Amino acid sequence: MAPKTLFEKVWEAHVVDEADGRALLYVDLHLVHEVTSPQAFEGLRLTGRRVRRPDLTVATVDHNVPTESRPSPILDAIARRQVEALRENCEIFGVTYFGIESDRQGIVHVIGPELGLTQPGMVIVCGDSHTSTHGAFGALAFGIGTSDVEHVLATQCIWMKKPKTMEIRVEGQLPRGVTAKDLILGIIGRIGVDGAVGHVVEYTGSAIRALSMEGRMTVCNMSIEAGARAGMIAPDATTFAYLESRPFAPRGREWERALAYWQSLPTDPGAAYNKTVVIDAGTMEPYVTWGTRPDQVAPITGRVPDPASLARPEDRAAAERALQYMGLEPGTPIQEIWVDRVFIGSCTNARIEDLRAAAAVVRGRRVHPRVRAMVVPGSTQVKRQAEAEGLDRIFKEAGFEWRESGCSMCLGMNPDILRPGERCASTSNRNFEGRQGPGGRTHLVSPLMAAAAAIAGRFVDIRTWDWDE
Amino acid sequence: MEPFRRHTGIVVPLDRSHVDTDQIMPKQFLKRIERTGYGEFLFFHWRYRPDGRPDPTFELNGPAYQGATILATGRNFGCGSSREHAVWGLKDYGFRVLIAPSFADIFFHNCIQNGLLPAVVTEEAARAIIDRARTQPGWRLTVDLERQILSDEADLYIEFHIDPQARERLLNGWDDIDLTLLREDRIRAYERRRPKWLPRVSQPSGT
Repeated sequence: MAPKTLFEKVWEAHVVDEADGRALLYVDLHLVHEVTSPQAFEGLRLTGRRVRRPDLTVATVDHNVPTESRPSPILDAIARRQVEALRENCEIFGVTYFGIESDRQGIVHVIGPELGLTQPGMVIVCGDSHTSTHGAFGALAFGIGTSDVEHVLATQCIWMKKPKTMEIRVEGQLPRGVTAKDLILGIIGRIGVDGAVGHVVEYTGSAIRALSMEGRMTVCNMSIEAGARAGMIAPDATTFAYLESRPFAPRGREWERALAYWQSLPTDPGAAYNKTVVIDAGTMEPYVTWGTRPDQVAPITGRVPDPASLARPEDRAAAERALQYMGLEPGTPIQEIWVDRVFIGSCTNARIEDLRAAAAVVRGRRVHPRVRAMVVPGSTQVKRQAEAEGLDRIFKEAGFEWRESGCSMCLGMNPDILRPGERCASTSNRNFEGRQGPGGRTHLVSPLMAAAAAIAGRFVDIRTWDWDE
Repeated sequence: MEPFRRHTGIVVPLDRSHVDTDQIMPKQFLKRIERTGYGEFLFFHWRYRPDGRPDPTFELNGPAYQGATILATGRNFGCGSSREHAVWGLKDYGFRVLIAPSFADIFFHNCIQNGLLPAVVTEEAARAIIDRARTQPGWRLTVDLERQILSDEADLYIEFHIDPQARERLLNGWDDIDLTLLREDRIRAYERRRPKWLPRVSQPSGT
């Protein structure tokens, strides 16, 4: 048999039918949240259709929910109506719903893995572009629009044209203080925000193997920021150790059977990708975005670029716009950029390991008096775990706000937003104009770098600091 | 869905690359549970100044571009968030055709699902169309999906690309769910052979 990639194996295992150059794929898990689902449920109602597999569908609220202490009412009437609509829809259609009061509530891309719902070899979809996160387990996971949400609810399948494959091989070792977040920012900086359009990316190499599951999720999460259809990492001992004994993971003999299958998934030697990019992990540095696209990055030791120095006219125009929006002058050292806010959270970087890393930097230090800093755990489980480990005390004693879980200031659909002109060091995934609030200025960084920026009041090179890893 | 064959309309140029869906439809408008009425929020922070008045420097606000139904723009249009609200906004505003050197994957698919034609042209062709729309405000273009041709009343004649299957669906106005439900037998057969260990939320093994 011809050697196959991880992606090809998962793809082929899910083809229900083929027509006109597209495949109808079976969906093993459909994650649903309040923002992209109401019109889909409405579509079902209008056509008299049912949810085909409520047992493969899980809903939670994350985008709109306030992160002030709970229980707290949703004061925004339109947001409240949307959250209420999801609860009602789940009730009517028989879908499992982890509401704001549930101890399983959280950002969809955090709760799927932590409940063990996300497993190797699955096809996972959600009406959210960061569904690529679940690819860290060797699942084929991608975001879909609301029409497709309706389609999956009604049929448990999705039509897709087979994407191309792209290998991003990262060899060597990430230096101390350089995290999975820096790696993916470095990769996006290298290949551009459309560098992977039309492709499913598989991350391979020794530096990827060395990452924890949390680190792998951070990398796969931001695949969409390079335009990829999905990001994947082959399952291995790290994956299996993470999964074992999670609530929805298989047990006993089922575990053994599943394990045997999962071990057959990694890409065969000699399998071909349409494209390969090789990255030397040792050359990676802590990165900070300076513009309004995730590929507009500079190393912490670098400077804000001069648009005139960019080769393509279109990049020059974009950089000029970006610098104007960001209120930055060309040539400014990144370490001389001051911040007003720090946000540690989002589906990219709000898992327990991210909070541990940030807390290790914060321990025994104080948030800079000019800075307002907040930590928003990725799920209610992460919050409890962090509190059990005393991380909340470290953050609070340093002057951080310690919040309830949700998407929060990653996209500012709830009350957590930047004011116009405010500058934020953020562990989230998008620095688009207005993303964290109209006129807000976002710099994407790792949790270590965000924590250090909160203390120093500006961006600093975490590699020059002492902290207990 | 209404079939798409041929369309003639005013072209508005948006000379930017990598326009993300956060710009097309900002997050504060995603809280609505309706599928319609998003046109007034389209490109909200580019169209309106903080005081709520239209920004006269933004292309869509130009008097000659009122009633435009074709948007010509740079590459990777629609990148970022999967929000279909962006497509609903473009359609509700009146757009029928988008012309760009490339589109982001999820956005492209959302367009097809809503009968909005994303026509792919070369960088040079996109530049020519943007320039013409800019220098001749009110310029009209005819988009022929069957022949995959863009043409005007003068000398412009450009072939565009679209995935053949997406083209077929737009031409016929097919609804995916209907197509899929015809395959119920295949879906059922697939379900019978799915491994037993796969997670089901109604039967958690841990609790």
